[in-house]
Order: sequence, then structure tokens, then C-alpha cells
Amino acid sequence: MTAGVGSGLTRARASLRRLPFLSRLMTRGSENGRAYLLLAPTVFWLGLFLLVPLVLVAITSLTVRGAYGETVYRWTLANYARFFEPLYVQILWRSLVVAFWTTAICLAVGYPFAYFLAQVPRRHRGTLLMLVIVPFWTNFLIRTYAWVVILRTTGVINTVLQALGLISEPLSLLYTPGAVLVGMVYGFLPFMVLPLYTSIEKLDHSLLEASSDLGAPPWRTFLRVTLPMTMPGVVAGTILVFIPALGMFVVPDLLGGARTMLIGNLIQNQFLTARNWQFGSAASIILMALVTVGLMAYARSFGFEGEELVG
Amino acid sequence: MTQSRAGLTLAAVFLAISVVLTGCGGGGKPAAQVPAPASTGDQPKLDGELNVFNWSEYLPQEVIDEFSREYGVKVNYDTYSSNEEMLAKIQSGASGYDLVVPSDFMMQVMVKKDLLEPIDLSAVPNFKNIGDQYKNQAYDPGNKYSVPYMWGDAVIAVNTDKVKRPITSWKDLWDPAFKGKVVSLNDMRFVIGATLKTLGYGMNETDPAKLDQAKAKLKELAPNVKVWDSDSPKTSLLNGEAWIGLVWGAEGVLARRENPAIQVVYPTEGIGLWQDNMAIPRGAKHKRTAEAFMNFVLRPEIHKKIADAFPYNLPNVEAQKLLDPSVLGDPQVYPPQDVLAKGEWLRDLGDTTQLYDRIWTEVKGQ
Amino acid sequence: MKRRILGLYSVLVYLFLYAPIFVLILFSFNRSKLNATWTGFTFDWYAKLLHDKPILEATGNTLLVALVSTAASTVIGTAAALAMHRFRFAGKRLMEALLYIPIVIPEIVMGVSLLALYVMLGMELGLPTIIIAHIAFSISFVTVTVRARLHGFNRYLEEAAMDLGADEWTTFRRVTFPLIVPGILSGALLALTLSLDDFVITFFTAGPGSTTLPLRIYSMLKLAVTPEVNALSTVLLGATLLLVTLSQRLQKKEL
Repeated sequence: MTAGVGSGLTRARASLRRLPFLSRLMTRGSENGRAYLLLAPTVFWLGLFLLVPLVLVAITSLTVRGAYGETVYRWTLANYARFFEPLYVQILWRSLVVAFWTTAICLAVGYPFAYFLAQVPRRHRGTLLMLVIVPFWTNFLIRTYAWVVILRTTGVINTVLQALGLISEPLSLLYTPGAVLVGMVYGFLPFMVLPLYTSIEKLDHSLLEASSDLGAPPWRTFLRVTLPMTMPGVVAGTILVFIPALGMFVVPDLLGGARTMLIGNLIQNQFLTARNWQFGSAASIILMALVTVGLMAYARSFGFEGEELVG
Repeated sequence: MTQSRAGLTLAAVFLAISVVLTGCGGGGKPAAQVPAPASTGDQPKLDGELNVFNWSEYLPQEVIDEFSREYGVKVNYDTYSSNEEMLAKIQSGASGYDLVVPSDFMMQVMVKKDLLEPIDLSAVPNFKNIGDQYKNQAYDPGNKYSVPYMWGDAVIAVNTDKVKRPITSWKDLWDPAFKGKVVSLNDMRFVIGATLKTLGYGMNETDPAKLDQAKAKLKELAPNVKVWDSDSPKTSLLNGEAWIGLVWGAEGVLARRENPAIQVVYPTEGIGLWQDNMAIPRGAKHKRTAEAFMNFVLRPEIHKKIADAFPYNLPNVEAQKLLDPSVLGDPQVYPPQDVLAKGEWLRDLGDTTQLYDRIWTEVKGQ
Repeated sequence: MKRRILGLYSVLVYLFLYAPIFVLILFSFNRSKLNATWTGFTFDWYAKLLHDKPILEATGNTLLVALVSTAASTVIGTAAALAMHRFRFAGKRLMEALLYIPIVIPEIVMGVSLLALYVMLGMELGLPTIIIAHIAFSISFVTVTVRARLHGFNRYLEEAAMDLGADEWTTFRRVTFPLIVPGILSGALLALTLSLDDFVITFFTAGPGSTTLPLRIYSMLKLAVTPEVNALSTVLLGATLLLVTLSQRLQKKEL
């Protein structure tokens, strides 16, 4: 591995960057020094393997593509301009729509489910929660593939329906946008249920009782008391589902027959087949920017804390 | 402390399992200097490892295992589904592969861009088994960088149980009756090429105006295509998702083996032809071992084994002699002369490739 | 009444969650290659699995990567969590932001950017490049988990220990650490899960001979799929269940 020289130099450069920082705080006392010491590995690792790569991608997005895909260091905004062509805006829009519906359905399906879990007597709760987590621990690809077996022309659903005489010709369920949606919801449901459960579990039931004592019908209690109080869980679940769903390329690939192109597929395609790293980088930066802006707006309006993200 | 102790025990168990699995997972004991067994004569010292990058569904595991056993080399075998995908990995420089299998037009690109190592043909004596008409091609005069592997075609495969009318032309794929019933290769050059053929142009067209027409025509095909699949289009034909497809010849034949109703059809406009070659990327660490692998593949009985599993066409005349005559005489496997004459080989199109890239992204993106 | 509706609904959700898994397990015993109709009971696919060298190798790689990356990210992440919890220092806000990036960044962006880095540095893709990537995305998750545990931690216990004459290191060893161990283990478990199942980032950072199980499954799925995949899923599921049950038992023992 020729990593030695390259990464050594980069490491040195990185620590030099932190030097003025270090000297300033040595005067602050050993407390801060201790903090920086504990944080040094994290800063080094994330700095080198997260920030530097992102900067690289940003730089690449501004360069020109050579005839066979190599980077020509001439600066241009053409890659970004290309992204605003209707075709790619459409792809981005489609990804947002799919991510939105995945999140919405997960929320709609997951909330009552989480509510039920939170109400079950304590001794059963552990087992029931485990039952939710175990599918989540099965490999994601395999779980997605299972839907191929179920949905396809000779799959379980069609076989059963035909055997029951309900249909004569098999339904074309696989390789449709619907199949992609089912696969996405299936994959992300536990990510929604768990934070929701954490939040709902903390509900103070006396407040709910008070509300109904005061004459509020159940739906109003839900809207005015339950929902606002479980907002942190809703927010955490939404984030945990929406963002990964946005960049997803495996599910459209396996369940969509490589027909539905979402932004994840576009980026993968540009890097691995079309060999247009420049355009792929631009698409990646745009995706990142979208996610960051969306998150900041979301966080500001709801004021969430990170702890709910990891129940 | 029970928890952390349990955690540590689990970790130790994990580590033990993973070490055992990584050690015995390979094709045999990796030995840095194993002199090859007597059966193969005097051999140069081979490395313990070889990294092969090949098309999917192109080399049976038993051949890999046989090579591993005989030479004591651990073979790491990865696959790709298109030339472009392979080029992307090799071009990035970080791939680490010792052997790749580019098609003819991709050989042009890779030679031009100096991405390949020259081959020492004296280390590949079985090269003599290759028929003369496959050697010395325009993309690699003198076979400095490559050794032929297989040749084949891109054709139509149709399930005659589901499709009653005769299929004769590329245009048939566009039939609205086949909406959502077509499986197509996920291959930019051949799919656009077939589209160009329906318009009466050649597969190596560079005129932007004609390519625009092709783009529009291809967009009309898209609603018919249920699955884009270069790895195993036969799967969709066999499980009923698709009734008709633009597939590699051998995929059609393999489907036919499982379901005789599936037939290979040669469109009248002309099929697409390709020749794949084994080559060594520049900077490969195990060049000698790669050459030994090439030599192994070119052994008549080995090459025949590959063709048995994946019925593409052998450039190896000695291996052809070992083939069952019914295979050689099967027009759906070895196209007749007149079909071959009308077939078209792909060429590298240089800068125009970017135009093709765009068309492809646009069509797949809608 | 509402309870019963909710209960019924939840049963349906559980069915939805488990139906695909049952189908997979069922067909792993099916004689037919095509995963379509039932033709007979057989263990053949499991036998095939045991001799499938690429899968065994991939499993070994996956375990190795998971172990190393979990160990490293747990240590680094716990240290970071301690620092973020206890100290106030210049640049803390920036640090928070930095720690959040791996959690919110789309996996594909992280994958391609790491690939870009490796290519630029001329690094050959292999197990080390995968491990580096896994550590990078696991650190933040460990930190968040440990911090959640630290949140409920009573600082006065530490002060009491020091008042009673223990030095910093002894206090940490005897008081702090034992109390946050469950949090550290949760974080480690999370890092392990993330690493074992990771596909996207590994997809872009793996090289020849360093295929992991998710990558191998992906290529199996793209080719002529045989029920061997089903057999593999069943085995993995069984292993997961075993581990989960074991950890539950061990946790109960703690009490």
C-alpha cells in the first residue's frame, strides 16, 4: 500500500493546522488541554476521512471532464449548470417525492404501532421490541430481495391469488414505483418506530387524563397533547428515515428494475459507469447542501436534541 | 462486570471465527513460492494471489478452483457488468486488479490511454490454440496487450410460448404489445447501437443529428423495458417478468436450456458482435501469475469447460474440436456465415462517447 | 375497544415485518431452483452454502472489518463523548457540527468522497480502506450513544470519590467507567451493527479480495439467483437471533 507517504504528509499538514489552536489553549489550562487530547483522535479521523474527502469532491465538482473521464484542472460551473437541466431536476424531484412518501407512510404506519408498544405491560415490552429489531438486524439487501420473491410474476402474491382464482393473469407488481416504495417503507420502518417509541414511552399519562377530564374528545387530546409531546420522537424518526431514503440507490436498483432513476442511482452511475466524476461530484454536493439546509430549517422549527436520534 | 466480560468473550469468539474464515476461505493455501506440480512442466515462480476482474456469468467457479488447486494461487474474483464499469475502476488507478477482460472497442480505449501492460507471449504458449482470424486485430496488432477470450453477439431472445407472432427485427422490441415485457441489456453501446440499426444507421454512428434521432427512438423503447439487466437477463425471461429481450447470445441459449420455448433470433438489420480479450492493467502486481492464468484458460479442455457453462463462441480452435458437434452446428449458438457477415463490430468513438453517455443518462433517467 | 384495534393493527404490522422473512426461510428448503413453486423439501442449499468459498471468505472479511472498526470507533468515540460532556472549550460548537456530519450525510456521498480520497492518495482499495471508512462513520454514533448515557450520570459521585482521596485516574477507573459501561457497550453494539450491514460505503471502498458479505450478497442477487441466498439469509437470521438472545440473557444476569 502506497498509503505511507501520502497519508503521512496529509497527517502532518492536518496537525499543523491545529497548532495555533493548541498553543492558544495551553494557556487556558490543563482542563481544555485534556478535552483536546480526548478529541484529537476524533478530529484527526473525521478531519482526514470525512472533511478532506468532501472538500475533494467539492473541488472535483468545479473541474472539467477530460475526453475519457480524467480531471482537467480548469475551473467551471458547467457541472452545476448541467444539474439544472430539466432531466436532472426531475430526478431530484422524484427522489424527494419518494423520500417524502416513504417517511410519511412510515410515520403513519409506525405511530400507532409505537403507541401500542408503549402501552403494553412492561414485562412483554422487551420481547416485542426485540421482535421489531430482529428484522432490522437481517441484512438489508436480503430483506429487499425477499420482496422480489413476493412480488414478481411467479412470486408468492401472484401464486396465491391465482390459486384462489381471484385473477387469471399474473399482476405486474415488481419493477414498479410501487414496489420501490414498499421496499423503502419496509427497510426504514424500524428507524421510525424506535425513536417514536422512545418518545411516546416518556409521555405523562396524567396529562392525557387531565385533558379528557376537561372534556376534550380523543382526537383533540391527540392533536393538542399527545402529538406535541411526542414531537421529538417524530422529528428524530423523520430525519432517520428521510435522509437515508433520499440517497438510496439499492432499493430502486433491486426492486425498480434499474428503471426508476433516483439521485442515488445517478451519482452511482456517474462515478462507476459514465465515469463523469465531475458531474457526479456536483450532484453529490447539491444533495449534501439540500440535506444540510433541510436539516437546519427542520431543527430550527422544532428545536430538537440529538439524543433521540439514538434511542 | 458480567456484561463487559461477556462482551469481551463474544469479541474473542468473533475474532477467532473471522481469522479462521479468512484463512481457509480462499482457493487453497496461499504459498508464496510453490513450484508448480510436475504436470505443467517447469514454471516460473508464481505469486500466492491473483486478482481477476471479469464479466459476470463468464467463468465457472470450478475453473477458478482448478487453477487455484493446480498452481497454489488464491484467486480473488470480482465481476462487472459493462466495459464502462470496468474502465471506471481501472482508470481510477486504485483497483488492484491483475487481469481484466475488455471488449474490442474498449481495448482500443485502454491501449490508447496506456492502461495496459504488454504481455509476454512466451509465458502464454497456449496462445497457439487461438484461430488466426481472431489474432492480430486492429485494436491490438501483434497481440501485444491482449489474448482473445471469447467472442459473441447481442441478439433478441423471445419466449415463443408468450409471443406467438414471428420476431424478425430489432423494431419488434418497440411493439406496443410488449409494453413492460422487455428485458434489455444495460449496455449503452449495444442498446443505442440496436436503436441506430432500426433507423437504418450503423452502430458506430457519430453524427450528432442522427444520434438525436436515436435518442428520441430509444425514449420510445423505454416504456417497454421492464428490466435493464446485463448480468443475467435470462432470469427475467425464465421467471416470466419479460417475454422478449435484447440479450447476450449465451444468455438466450442458457434460457433455452431451461425452457425450450425461449429461442434466439437474429434481427434482419444485423446483430451486434463483440470479441472479449484477457488483458493486464498497468501496474498489476501479479503479472506473471496473470499470464499463467491466461495460459491455463487457453488449454483446450479448460476453454471448452468455460464454453459449456456459458455458451459463447470459442476463438480457440483446439477447444472447438472438443466441442459437441451439436453445439458447433447449432445456429443459435454459432451464427451462420450470412448472419455474421451482416453483423457489426463496435469501435471506440473517442469524444463522441460523451454524447452517447448523455443520451444514455437521459433515457435511463426519465 | 381502542386497545383491541391497536392490538390487531400491531399484529398486522408484525406480519408485514416478518412475511418476507418467512418466505425467505421457507424457500430455502425448496428443491426448485427458481424460488417460484414448491417442489420438495431439501437441505441441499445449506450444503452448498458450506462449500461456497467466496461466501465463507466474505463472512470472514465482514467479521474482521466489523471487529476492528468497532473496537477503534468505540475507543475514539467514547473519548470524544467524555470530552464533549465534561468540558467547555473553544470550538465546541464546531465539534458538535463535525460529529453530526457522519450521522446526517447521505451514505452515497460519503462513499464516493472516500473513493475520491483514496484515488488521490494512490491507495489501493482493500480491507484497510474499508476499515478506515467504517471507523469514520461509526465514531459519531458511538459518541451520541455514550453521551446519552453520560447525561444521566451523577457528577457528584466523582467528586465524592476524589474527596475521599482517589486520584483522577482511579476515580475514572473505579467510579466513572463502570457506570458508563452500558452506554459504551450500546455504542459498540451500534457500531458493530452498522459495520456488519453496511453496503453503500463498503461498495465504493472495497477492492479485490476484500469482498464483504453484503457486497457478495449484492452480486449474488444480480446473477442467476438460487435458493442458496435464502439459505444464507436463514443462517444469518439464526445467528442474529442467537446473539440477541444471548445478550438478553447476559443482561438479565447483571440484574
